[in-house]
Amino acid sequence: MRTKPSPRARLLLYGLLLVLCVPFVFPTWWMVTSSLKPATEIFAFPPSLLPDHPEFGAYDKVFDLQPFGQQYVNSMYIAAVVTLGTLAFSSLAGYAFARIRFRGQNALFLVVLTGLLIPSEVTIVPLFQMFRDWDMIDTHWPLILVPVFGAPSVLATFIMRQFYIALPNELEEAARMDGLGRFATFLKIALPLSRPALAAVAIFTFLHSWNLYLEPTVYLSTPEKFTLPQALTSYVDAYGGPMWNVQLAAASLTALPVLAVFVFAQRQFVEGLAHTGLK
Amino acid sequence: MKTLERSTSAVPPPQRSRRPFWTARRRDHAVGYLFIAPQLAGSVIFVLIPLVMVLWYSFHEWNVLAGTFHSVGADNYRALADDPKLPGVLRNTALFSAGLVTLNLGLALALAVLLNQRLRGRVVFRTLFFSPVVVSLVAWTIVWGFLLQKNGGINAFLDLVGVQGPNWLRGEGTAMLSVVVVQVFKNVGLNMVLFLAALQGVPQEFYEAATVDGAGRWRQFWRITVPLISPTILLTSIITVVGSLQVFAQIAVLTQGGPGDSTTVLVYYLYQQAFEFHHFGYGATLSVLLFLIVLVLTVIQWQMRKRWVFHEN
Repeated sequence: MRTKPSPRARLLLYGLLLVLCVPFVFPTWWMVTSSLKPATEIFAFPPSLLPDHPEFGAYDKVFDLQPFGQQYVNSMYIAAVVTLGTLAFSSLAGYAFARIRFRGQNALFLVVLTGLLIPSEVTIVPLFQMFRDWDMIDTHWPLILVPVFGAPSVLATFIMRQFYIALPNELEEAARMDGLGRFATFLKIALPLSRPALAAVAIFTFLHSWNLYLEPTVYLSTPEKFTLPQALTSYVDAYGGPMWNVQLAAASLTALPVLAVFVFAQRQFVEGLAHTGLK
Repeated sequence: MKTLERSTSAVPPPQRSRRPFWTARRRDHAVGYLFIAPQLAGSVIFVLIPLVMVLWYSFHEWNVLAGTFHSVGADNYRALADDPKLPGVLRNTALFSAGLVTLNLGLALALAVLLNQRLRGRVVFRTLFFSPVVVSLVAWTIVWGFLLQKNGGINAFLDLVGVQGPNWLRGEGTAMLSVVVVQVFKNVGLNMVLFLAALQGVPQEFYEAATVDGAGRWRQFWRITVPLISPTILLTSIITVVGSLQVFAQIAVLTQGGPGDSTTVLVYYLYQQAFEFHHFGYGATLSVLLFLIVLVLTVIQWQMRKRWVFHEN
């Protein structure tokens, strides 16, 4: 199927791809340009692809109306802690399930895997009660503990196990012959070799935490503790209607840094995810 | 061997006759348990115990404000069977999932086939199609909510070509479609990339042989490509189906379940019952229903694997 298309076919293909790009690219463009339009111009007709008089007023309001900087920090540090925790626990468990023989291994693996069948939405009612008993409502603990141990980390453990099963064993065997202990072998030999799988796990764990919306909505009530998704939807006027230009400015501030990192490292993103997701 | 000799000489005489407790095998068991301990403990505390508790709660009524908690037998399940809203909620959930899975997998496969051609600039297009995956979900949804307003961007551009667009998010017919489409464009890049990797794994010779046999492109696609990438189709469909049942933010931001209840899906209804109306017992019952749906769909898909999937590696 990967024949070289004729010039006419190629032109057609480019045209098709360009049209298909519109719904993927235009919203981001519209988000950024509209955030620079004054409130009076934001619904102007005819629509303008670029603001006539760009201004940053909406961006000032983003920080005036809510502790947006603090909320940004909250989202960043929660996603970072969740990602690091998931990487540590899933690589340890994945390695053990793939490499070490111990009693009850398969049964325990099944116990862990059931997490894949139980989306966190199913258990949110008892988890809410549990965190209430532990006095953790309106703290960040639920947003850290559940992702690090729930369904997303189970998927991570599964990916790590599959990766180690496919990874040749010789280097580790040699290291063990030289007297390296299990943990040292894991840390010094296996872990560095599993960088592609770790990168994929890190990317999807970070994005999952970054996107969480139901959980913060349920657990958090103080604006200083909000995460970004929750903050974005809190820019409403006295009647509960969205303040569009402020919401779009905050959305731009949320989306653009991650997009920039992605464009910079898109090969690792795309290919890492594709290859680890499959095997 | 050297270490063994050294250790025997270091051990005091009475112990020599006994087998050392820490045999290599025992040590392996212990290390194995230690390695999986955090993950296993976490799974038990934050996944399995809550799952049992959700079942337990579904037989209770629990009022957080009044601090009362008492057994109500199967009342919540009777309420579930009599809930006049539930059939609509389940229909919306099925509609959303079916629409999302069909459009997502269809578009993902089409994009992957297009990007699998020998074409300059493929990586640029791949990056563009993938980019919404890394945009914050709520940010993406807010922009689309803005675009889909009655006087928003989409209708403004439609107006330029003389088409009067509907009020997308407030119309019974268009609200669900809008929510599905917003979600498709958000995540289709992920499945596209998985399909692309699978397509690149299909041996070129198969197509050459088929061309010699006179099979056209279309036929080659259905007879060679689809069977050979069927494991990936299965994987992506499982991920997409389960993901579609978890949709919450998009509904909360775009339609709040409306107009009427036309976009109230199961998770959104569960959230409303438990955390807006404080019917925690009934919320737990809806959670049990959600769990059963996920379970049944996953089992069906694994069964389909046996029948349809061409090969397994």
